[in-house]
Amino acid sequence: MAMMQFELVSPERKLASVEASEVQIPGAEGDFTAMPDHAPVITTLRPGYLKVVSASGTEEFFVTGGFAEVSSEGTTVLAERAYTRADMTPELTAELVAEAEAAHKDAGTDASAKLVADMASGVAL
Amino acid sequence: MPNLSDLKNRIASVKSTRKITKAMQMVAAAKLRRAQEAAEAGRPYAERFNAVMGQLAASVGSSEGAPKLLAGTGSDQTQLLIVMTAERGLCGGFNGNIAKLAKAKAQELIAAGKTVKVLTVGKKGREAIKRDLGEHFIGHVDLSEVKTMGYANAAEIAQDVLSRFSAEEFDVAKIYYSKFQSVISQIPTEQQVIPASFDAPEEGDAAASTIYDYEPSEEGILADLLPRAVATQIFSALLENGASEQGARMSAMDNATRNAGDMIDKLTIEYNRTRQAVITNELIEIISGAEAL
Repeated sequence: MAMMQFELVSPERKLASVEASEVQIPGAEGDFTAMPDHAPVITTLRPGYLKVVSASGTEEFFVTGGFAEVSSEGTTVLAERAYTRADMTPELTAELVAEAEAAHKDAGTDASAKLVADMASGVAL
Repeated sequence: MPNLSDLKNRIASVKSTRKITKAMQMVAAAKLRRAQEAAEAGRPYAERFNAVMGQLAASVGSSEGAPKLLAGTGSDQTQLLIVMTAERGLCGGFNGNIAKLAKAKAQELIAAGKTVKVLTVGKKGREAIKRDLGEHFIGHVDLSEVKTMGYANAAEIAQDVLSRFSAEEFDVAKIYYSKFQSVISQIPTEQQVIPASFDAPEEGDAAASTIYDYEPSEEGILADLLPRAVATQIFSALLENGASEQGARMSAMDNATRNAGDMIDKLTIEYNRTRQAVITNELIEIISGAEAL
């Protein structure tokens, strides 16, 4: 099977760098799956789970925002904050939702309201 | 002739100073390693981010409706200087050098008739420039409680800066920090964050010639990413600063330890000479006393 390089980096560290056969990305305009030779795309992300299928199995990461770049060389996801599935304890999910709500209270815009909704539905999966 | 017990005390006190500086040096060395690792780990993100921003900025930046964060407000009358230093001293010229650079630039700007505002991060730099630029202070970020510098800290600073920008408090923002070159050399650096400037992708670069599909749109992505770019730049600067601080402290403490060692050697020689002189004196007294009989 064709493989591509997948990288997930957050500002603080590199979370994953693997050969993947497919990556499910929660794009701002909707989820999509990047496979090798996918057309080059740059998209922003909404909060949600990112699924990476590689030779060693399927891994899931939760991303809070950022952007993804799909090019001929591979897929790079730059996430503001990223956690592995195992990190996602109920406390953390509650904290993330609370943070989004607090931000919405401050900003009060449609965009921040959408973030709250996305965060709530994203962590529920 | 200094008296013996004074010298002894002196030697003991310098010895304990040396112990302290030695310990500080070792602590700084350990922290430096960690800070360097953190700076290293943060690099891929910043690099990819800037590469993408460079592409986007190149294609959108010149158009009419480019966001203000990229195109600027069209004026450079009010300048915000974000001076980032350490929370602690005893690290050689680290804080002083950054403060000196910021001070020089601020004076240049004031001389040119611009309005200068200063935001300080880290209390040492604040103290250093308070006398000259105190009346220009508009805020301070305290990081003394922060053990490990996280992206959240940078995001907070960026949030503050951005809200000031949207309130039209300033036109141009620059950050001052120290770039980590090596343990013995840290370079005070000035970097403009608002309006953002990115290196345009090089001609013939494979990534640059790829035509991307942008979702939602180039402008939409840019609007979403520009605030993050500010946070990213501040974060890399904080990491560089962290490594620089520890490097500067390490070499300063290394020097201090060596100086203390030299001092102990000198004092010990003096102590021995004095002791010998006292003994000789006593002998002469005894002998001359015996001869007199």
